[in-house]
Amino acid sequence: MAEATNGKPGTEGKPATRLLDELEKGPWPSFVTEIKSASRTSNSARDLLGQLELSYEDRLSHWKHGGLVGVLGYGSGVIGRYSDVGEQFPNVASFHTLRVNQPAAWFYSSEALRTICDIWEEHGSGLTNMHGSTGDMILLGTTTDQLEPAFQKLTHAGFDLGGSGSAVRTPSCCVGMARCEWACFDAMKLCYDLTMAYQDEMHRPALPYKFKIKCAACPNDCVAAIARADLSVIGTWKDDLQVDHEEVANYAASGMDIRKDVCDHCPTKCMEWDGQKLSVQARDCVRCMHCINVMPKALRPGKEKGAVILIGAKAPILQGALLSSVLIPFVPADEILDTLKELIQRIWDFWDEYGTNRERIGEMIQRVGMAAFLDGIGLDPAPEMVSAPRDNPYIYYQAEKEDES
Amino acid sequence: MTTSATQPRITDVGPPSYDKYLPPMVRKNYGAWKYHETLAPGVLCHVAESGDRLYTVRAATPRLLSIQTLRVYADLADKYCGGYLRFTSRNNIEFMLEDADKIEPLKQELAGLGIPVGGTNNSISNIVHTQGWVHCHSAATDASGLVKAIMDAVCTHFTHEDLPAKLRIAVACCLNMCGAVHCSDIAILGVHRRPPKIKHDVLARVCELPTLIASCPTGAIRPATVDGKQSVQVVEEQCMYCGNCFSVCPAMPMSDAENDGLSIWVGGKVSNARSAPRFSRLVIPFLPNHTPRWPEVVEAVLKIVNVYKDDARKYERVGEWIDRIGWPRFFELTGFEFTRYHIDDFKHAGLSFARSAHVRY
Repeated sequence: MAEATNGKPGTEGKPATRLLDELEKGPWPSFVTEIKSASRTSNSARDLLGQLELSYEDRLSHWKHGGLVGVLGYGSGVIGRYSDVGEQFPNVASFHTLRVNQPAAWFYSSEALRTICDIWEEHGSGLTNMHGSTGDMILLGTTTDQLEPAFQKLTHAGFDLGGSGSAVRTPSCCVGMARCEWACFDAMKLCYDLTMAYQDEMHRPALPYKFKIKCAACPNDCVAAIARADLSVIGTWKDDLQVDHEEVANYAASGMDIRKDVCDHCPTKCMEWDGQKLSVQARDCVRCMHCINVMPKALRPGKEKGAVILIGAKAPILQGALLSSVLIPFVPADEILDTLKELIQRIWDFWDEYGTNRERIGEMIQRVGMAAFLDGIGLDPAPEMVSAPRDNPYIYYQAEKEDES
Repeated sequence: MTTSATQPRITDVGPPSYDKYLPPMVRKNYGAWKYHETLAPGVLCHVAESGDRLYTVRAATPRLLSIQTLRVYADLADKYCGGYLRFTSRNNIEFMLEDADKIEPLKQELAGLGIPVGGTNNSISNIVHTQGWVHCHSAATDASGLVKAIMDAVCTHFTHEDLPAKLRIAVACCLNMCGAVHCSDIAILGVHRRPPKIKHDVLARVCELPTLIASCPTGAIRPATVDGKQSVQVVEEQCMYCGNCFSVCPAMPMSDAENDGLSIWVGGKVSNARSAPRFSRLVIPFLPNHTPRWPEVVEAVLKIVNVYKDDARKYERVGEWIDRIGWPRFFELTGFEFTRYHIDDFKHAGLSFARSAHVRY
């Protein structure tokens, strides 16, 4: 390995970034170039560059564990961060991050974007993430004394902080009805309405652990709701998918092999193509979206639109990763918000009672059992909730209930 | 800082209304789109019931963005899109145009700025990723650098729709997985491989012991008195290096330059198209943190992409392709070694054992 520079200043007060410079080469836009851009006017961005070069030499993070900082009256939205090499890089000795609620589906006006830039030029490092994994706009790096003024400028500009810690996290959604013909409910409006409904639960952590909500307007799930949200709302439809036979014929005429490209990939083999006409056994359709994705001009979701509500996804920590599973097989589109608000309250009441510290809702369900959870929140079991009934005979028969029947 | 007389302190205003920053054509046709077409990689045309046509140009970003670059985006939005733009769930930027004649000039201007256009349909889109050494204390690797090195290598698959199906890559720097790597076609996951180094001298002062002990999924953390101080001990053979103890207690650091690195997982998906959403599966248990460009990781990703491109059928995602050919053939085609680490030994491990006589030879 070549001589280490330890991120010490090189020429013209800029840190020598021998390793990071390698990441400015190649066709993909470079984050190093971004940090260097911000460094032109920001001392903290310059010191971040130096500390990061040191991390690339040491192959270790140089951030200390956590740190409780925030804005007045909020218990979340700010990620406290302190450097373990603050003497060497004093401008990132404290380098806290603001999570800011993104506009639904990440639409911005150029004016709004510039307003954010101006606030972050004055009160922070000038570096951002567009966007964080949960969906927030991330304003990356500032000092403790700048948190409150930055926050006040943000709220006056119509932006507010997102969630962190044991709180409702910033809900997110796909582009939905704004620019997608497959949207089965108004995901952007739902996302906004839920965010507004849970301002207190988002800003003042009072839950056993984090609670993420994601709204995907069709089963393509462009926001990974089923993998990443404790409560996943995924658009679907109840009636038959819509077929425009003329357009199907046009796809065939243009060279598409309807049988091979469409019918053969159908998971329930509900479609047949006889070379002339597409016939659909709609009752067998599971609304997977493949055929619609392949022939968007010819096939569309049905007209009776709504969503399936699923619960419990999470990453591996603690007891293993989970995908969300079906809780309510279908809610009509115009009933989703009210249904969710009532459902979420019942879920939280049960979680509050039976969840342990830092236990995600999915892990609690694994521990207490889905049946007990359903009893607790007052939902009847339904066959749509399982891929198959249990295969073991270890059944907790309930004496009273059996006697009643 | 106190609030000024003219600017009262306000809280809990929430985000801007969901429809505040919609471009006029989007606002007009909200909920009334009919179908869409792909005009070129990264260029979509959405057609509304009204007959309006909205052209979208999707372009790459490094996610970590300076205000200088955001202002460039804002200028482009003013010049081409009536002052509006959006970002996607995979950190791309989308310029929405009403005038098809502006597509080529915009693409040329983006090319001049070094911003690739693509990421649609059967391509590799931008990599969802985490903070890494840029801003995280528990990172076993850096995310931004890995993303840059990998996307440099597969950039032509971003700018061309030349794969059997879409291919989604994600990077997470530790098992907390702030990025949903666990359901990606190719997932790169930072891992620790040594137990925490306990700071006995400060532990009782900075950590809550019951919380710390309860944080361990395998019950490896036991109360102990060390040098007369209240602390804990770790039953090292029970530790699988998840780092959850460090998440709740700063006196349990996991980082270790020689032993931290990457693991690679494949075959996950979140979409419901054809097959159900599923987790990614382990294919390479460990690769070293060779900064600044992680050549072993890039080589492994390229190997997977190339083998998949050659062998998968149209519309097969990586996991669906492996369903057809089987895992033995996947390991044979890629040349990756199958080891004891590939056999699950955590909860419900038996579900992944081959419980049939269906064997391909």
